[in-house]
Amino acid sequence: VSTTWESRLVVPVAEGRDHIQGSADAPVTLVEYGDYQCPYCGRAYPIVKEVQARMGDRLRFVFRNFPISTSHPYAEQAAEAAEAGAAQGRFWETHDQLFENQKRLRNEDLHRYAEELGLDVERFDQDLAGHVYADRVHEDFLGGVRSGVNGTPTFYINGARYDGPYEADDLVAALEQAAPEGG
Amino acid sequence: VTSPSAAPTGPLEPGTKAPDFALRSTPDQLLSLSECRGRPVILAFYPEDWSPVCSDQLGLYEAVLPEFERLGAQLIAISVDGVWCHLAFARDRNLHFPLLADFEPKGEVSRAYRAYRAQDGTSERALFVIDADGIVRWSYVSPVAVNPGADGILKALENLGTEAAS
Repeated sequence: VSTTWESRLVVPVAEGRDHIQGSADAPVTLVEYGDYQCPYCGRAYPIVKEVQARMGDRLRFVFRNFPISTSHPYAEQAAEAAEAGAAQGRFWETHDQLFENQKRLRNEDLHRYAEELGLDVERFDQDLAGHVYADRVHEDFLGGVRSGVNGTPTFYINGARYDGPYEADDLVAALEQAAPEGG
Repeated sequence: VTSPSAAPTGPLEPGTKAPDFALRSTPDQLLSLSECRGRPVILAFYPEDWSPVCSDQLGLYEAVLPEFERLGAQLIAISVDGVWCHLAFARDRNLHFPLLADFEPKGEVSRAYRAYRAQDGTSERALFVIDADGIVRWSYVSPVAVNPGADGILKALENLGTEAAS
């Protein structure tokens, strides 16, 4: 029995299941496990956007849910709301809306965001009330725990947990370093 | 964060009999390791109630609790804080597993597991998985400022399962 271990992403990125921005051919994949109510994730949100803008098609970005409900009572319903948005083909808009308003994640707020995004609000409300995406969120959460997520946000670069600082320059440097030569 | 706290000895190794203890979990209740016999126990020593990393770590474990329970394990957290401090902390952070007070004699149980930081007067951030027979099967000490997560615990618990089945 070893007393040390390396933390790697144990759930591979899957086109079709994961929420992905960027091409599967990109030389680097950044996976974030995040919580919509977590202030650190809120800080990371514009940074990731900047990193994406700077790296362009060299980067594929994946977001997975890791709501820590004991600390963040609105995180779970926000994660389910993002999945409800995804079910209507609008994951990233919902995701952005949640992070841009992360201090207001009560049910009535989520309802209003769905309206603003032009979602089918009746279906959205039903999905939330019925916790239709709770299992999906929990699957993300458990996969994260298995992969060594120890707080949010936790990042993986090409499958290896990245424990360094996450200012844009740091992330770009780490991502460029992970990219294969000439990729 | 650098913490080259060159501990001369690591935590109790796998294969060691886990030292029994009886510590207060509430002002009028004691919890002993021996009463958990028959199911695996996760011992999570941590430095201090209220500190940011501890709160994140224990909040994560609260969220993973159903998974620990699915694997049949009981989670017990231990620090040198007193029982009233633990009560306030557990209530504030919504924690539903025992927080034991290794308070008097201070750090005695932590020392028995070689998980005490004499220079700080607190427990290490140390994890132990103890099998149903009371034997340490996995141990790990994390740097004090690093939340060790739960993946190591889950792997150790699953290894118990496969070893028991074979």
